[in-house]
Amino acid sequence: MAVRVRVPTPLRRFTAGVDEVPADGVSVKTVIEDLERRHPGISERLLDEKGDLRRFVNIYLNGDDIRFLDALNSKVKDGDDISIVPAIAGGR
Amino acid sequence: MATISQSSLQSPADANSEFVPTSRAVSVLELIGNTPLLEIKRATRGLIPPGVRIFAKLEGFNPGGSVKDRAARKMLEVGIRDGKLKPGKVIIDSTSGNTGIALAMLGSALGYPVELVMAENVSRERKKIIQAFGAKIHFSDPLESSDGAIIKCRQIIAAEPGRYFKPDQYNNEANALAHFETTGPEIWHQTGGQVTHFIACIGTSGTVMGTGRYLKTQNPAVKVIGVEPDDAMHGLEGLKHIASSIVPAIFHEEQLDEVMFVGTEESYDMVYVLGQTEGVLVGQSSGAALLAALRVAQTIREGTIVIIFPDFGDRYLSTNLWIGWREWRPEKLEQVMSKWNASTNATT
Repeated sequence: MAVRVRVPTPLRRFTAGVDEVPADGVSVKTVIEDLERRHPGISERLLDEKGDLRRFVNIYLNGDDIRFLDALNSKVKDGDDISIVPAIAGGR
Repeated sequence: MATISQSSLQSPADANSEFVPTSRAVSVLELIGNTPLLEIKRATRGLIPPGVRIFAKLEGFNPGGSVKDRAARKMLEVGIRDGKLKPGKVIIDSTSGNTGIALAMLGSALGYPVELVMAENVSRERKKIIQAFGAKIHFSDPLESSDGAIIKCRQIIAAEPGRYFKPDQYNNEANALAHFETTGPEIWHQTGGQVTHFIACIGTSGTVMGTGRYLKTQNPAVKVIGVEPDDAMHGLEGLKHIASSIVPAIFHEEQLDEVMFVGTEESYDMVYVLGQTEGVLVGQSSGAALLAALRVAQTIREGTIVIIFPDFGDRYLSTNLWIGWREWRPEKLEQVMSKWNASTNATT
């Protein structure tokens, strides 16, 4: 399944500054694996050593927080939009 | 070492009556500062040498609930003094958090309208507190983080130049001056001049720069240490990863003795530790400060470390800070420290 992933500013150093990148997968987890193949280093920022989503990272699938769906196992389909959003807005 | 007694809290800056605790005030402006120092003992038991004491300055006791009340008051005071803020002007700034709350509170108390630009993913508590003070919020794209809010704020001002007063906390030396004049003297008096290390997280850097500068005027041997997130992608609200950010003009790294880097999740763990062992519920930046203090404490035999706890934790209850906290147990603290020490040693 081909999806579009919106990348937040702090992770754009892995995507050559691009704010939206394509990726493939059948679930959010496999999309992240594909992102890692295309943009090495990005996965470690999203997942902890156990492979769980880091506490301070939010991922939205078509606008819905995946923690309220099936987390990393949430299924994706062609054309879906995934947004990676840091849990904070930065700055004070 | 001299005893740091309760009575030393009574005259934080005896040369200036503005800082003497008051039982009656005519404005919330008078209630800013004079926050207590709390010794952190239970959370650090067995982790630090017996000759080392760690004290946290509880900035949540400020009327707006955070350390930012100090900088906001000073920036508005200087603005009024210089004629840049006067009746008819609207106070505006891009701020996701505590500075916004402080400005909203002070705008209400002084009679100035306040407009704040912030990313849409700011916590619900913050939006409601700011709106409760009567301030207006403009939202920016959450994926653009604070830079998006900065740009949108510039656009709003450009559309009506002359209408606004922008405190500009990242580039306004009044921010650091507030801490030179209040936080620094308070800590000096509260520790009876015994402070050996001062540690504060870097957001705008105003706290660490101004407080550190004052403490060094009293004793140049005081070590002043700033704390940053260890990666650009982090969850430490209010902190800045300087290497990947627009560097605040008030940040002068050469005036710091050291900059330490801390992880988000370990800092969150420290917040849980403080809640469950010390009876203090704080925000994630306080957890980051304690983590850095523990690291410093393990490298010295004796000393008095003062850290800043910028706010309390109740304004973060709906945020990611609390994801997974139910699984947390205090005994995990040693695991956190050993893991952190291992990673620190590996990178040094």
